[in-house]
Amino acid sequence: MSILPDSYTQYPKRGEGYDHDLYPWSNMHQRAPVHWPHDKSVAVWLCVSLEWFPIVPDGPFKAPGHMVTPYPDYRHYTARDYGNRVGVWRMLDSFEQAGVKASFATNAAIAERYPELIEAIQTGGHEIIAHSTDMNGTIDATLGEAAERALIGDAMARIERATGTRPKGWLSIARQQSFQTLDILKDEGLTYCCDWVNDELPYRFTNGLIDLPLNHELSDRQIITVQQKGADSWGESMRDAFDWLSAEAAREGSGRMLPIHLTPYIMGLPYRIGALECLLADLASRNEAWFARGEDIVGEWEKQIEGA
Amino acid sequence: MNEGAPDPGLYDHHPYRGRPTIEWPGGKSVAVWVVPNLEYYEIDPPIHPKRKPWPHPAPSVVNFAHRDHSNRVSHWRMAEVMSKHGFPGSVSLSVALCQHHPEVVADANERGWEFFSHGIYNTRYSYDMTEAQERAIIEDSIATVEDATGQRIRGWLAPALTHTPRTLDLIAEYGLDYTCDLYHDDQVQEVEVAKGKLASIPYSLEVNDHYGFFVYNMSGREYADTLVRQYERLATEGKKSGTVMCIPLHAYLIGQPHRIGPFEEALEHIAKDGRAWIARAGEIVDAWREQVA
Repeated sequence: MSILPDSYTQYPKRGEGYDHDLYPWSNMHQRAPVHWPHDKSVAVWLCVSLEWFPIVPDGPFKAPGHMVTPYPDYRHYTARDYGNRVGVWRMLDSFEQAGVKASFATNAAIAERYPELIEAIQTGGHEIIAHSTDMNGTIDATLGEAAERALIGDAMARIERATGTRPKGWLSIARQQSFQTLDILKDEGLTYCCDWVNDELPYRFTNGLIDLPLNHELSDRQIITVQQKGADSWGESMRDAFDWLSAEAAREGSGRMLPIHLTPYIMGLPYRIGALECLLADLASRNEAWFARGEDIVGEWEKQIEGA
Repeated sequence: MNEGAPDPGLYDHHPYRGRPTIEWPGGKSVAVWVVPNLEYYEIDPPIHPKRKPWPHPAPSVVNFAHRDHSNRVSHWRMAEVMSKHGFPGSVSLSVALCQHHPEVVADANERGWEFFSHGIYNTRYSYDMTEAQERAIIEDSIATVEDATGQRIRGWLAPALTHTPRTLDLIAEYGLDYTCDLYHDDQVQEVEVAKGKLASIPYSLEVNDHYGFFVYNMSGREYADTLVRQYERLATEGKKSGTVMCIPLHAYLIGQPHRIGPFEEALEHIAKDGRAWIARAGEIVDAWREQVA
């Protein structure tokens, strides 16, 4: 039997607030209320991940959805790329049909490789969020600060070059960061990241960056791929979430947010896309719904809550 | 327990058929208790040789932030739904939450909830603790909760369900009345301890929201339906001898916007049914103890 050192039952960070300084504590239900434009109470944020998986996995950890079989894994390489060739176009049509705008969390490699797609996203009035270099561009504490700065800088520069615009938002792969990530993102001039799922409204980190929480529980990946539910069960959960949030917004007199995280190779399949279109039509008909891009929500929140 | 023996000697075998009648107050057939786990998980805890706290090197952002959702958003959402339908909580408390986020603990206390210890942090595991270390966490728990809430803890749910062979003997020696760590029954049962008395109250781990959503992959509605089915069966069987149903919860799971609505419907069903004695852990253990003493 091993013996635990005395330090195992000592607690040097046991005190008021968190055991870290990344952001201060606050209770969402006691904050100053936020009111979305046009008297809408629930901001519906569609966020689509555009992911290119190199057939040879690399990086500090393997991204969710990455290659599975021994090299060469044609099965997963092509099934993921299906999303970039077919699924995402289907989604763009669905958004246009519903008259809604979305954010696209985009790997630099996607921006460089698929200019027609970037043009369609921009023409459609959607937002591009930076989503690392490619799906090997994962970040964790083992990467080291210099390599992490280089990775994030490279992703930002390549996305800006390929799209003509420097993104305001950042989504890390698997939402995983190191203790340096927030500062690096701030230094790169980003306004917000989407990685911290501890809240349901924007809030500010200690260093000034904003978190726009992209709830991982409400993603097609979590519900369909991990929990193995059908597309209709996913749609039912999204409606249940919307119904709860709109009732809570009315009760508490403050706006709420419903993030819907979509993956083209998951929700863009022929037998699932109907569930998305049905949900969009339903939510678009609700008086409480404000379909907004990430930057719109962050901008509105900054303006109202911080008088920016 | 019998350390090292194949049968740990936690309790006598006691078949479900033919047991003495347990009667709950008001002629109710099933005692229903709700356990919100109010927890603090450290972002970068010391590493225990037998269990990693997080799947990534710190910070494991999604895992830490998911649990933090309880203390910023979903605790109040869950607590309001419970209060609305008349369910008090019996809190499984990471006692360091009294220091980190006293606002959460105060809210639970103001609602009349009972507190028992779930260790100091849910990221410190008890395996291999010395007796002195284990006594220290029990004494810390008693003192911390008393200081923060005025309540003397009566029960224990081991931090992250991690034990030593002496845990049950020690908590009985300190005068605690119940453990939530044994999952062998749907009724309150006696536990074998070296000194004093200790009851096992069913914590119904199989209907824990974590099991529902992350072991059995249920949707919010499927989980709510599971609670109703569990309740219906135990309420029926409890006519012979009072049964216990626990609803173990984590706000960051049940308080998510897509799950809380169906959960509220399950609570409403139980509250309106008429066969449930909705109670706190201490009351259930006391009512049982009076009948078996």
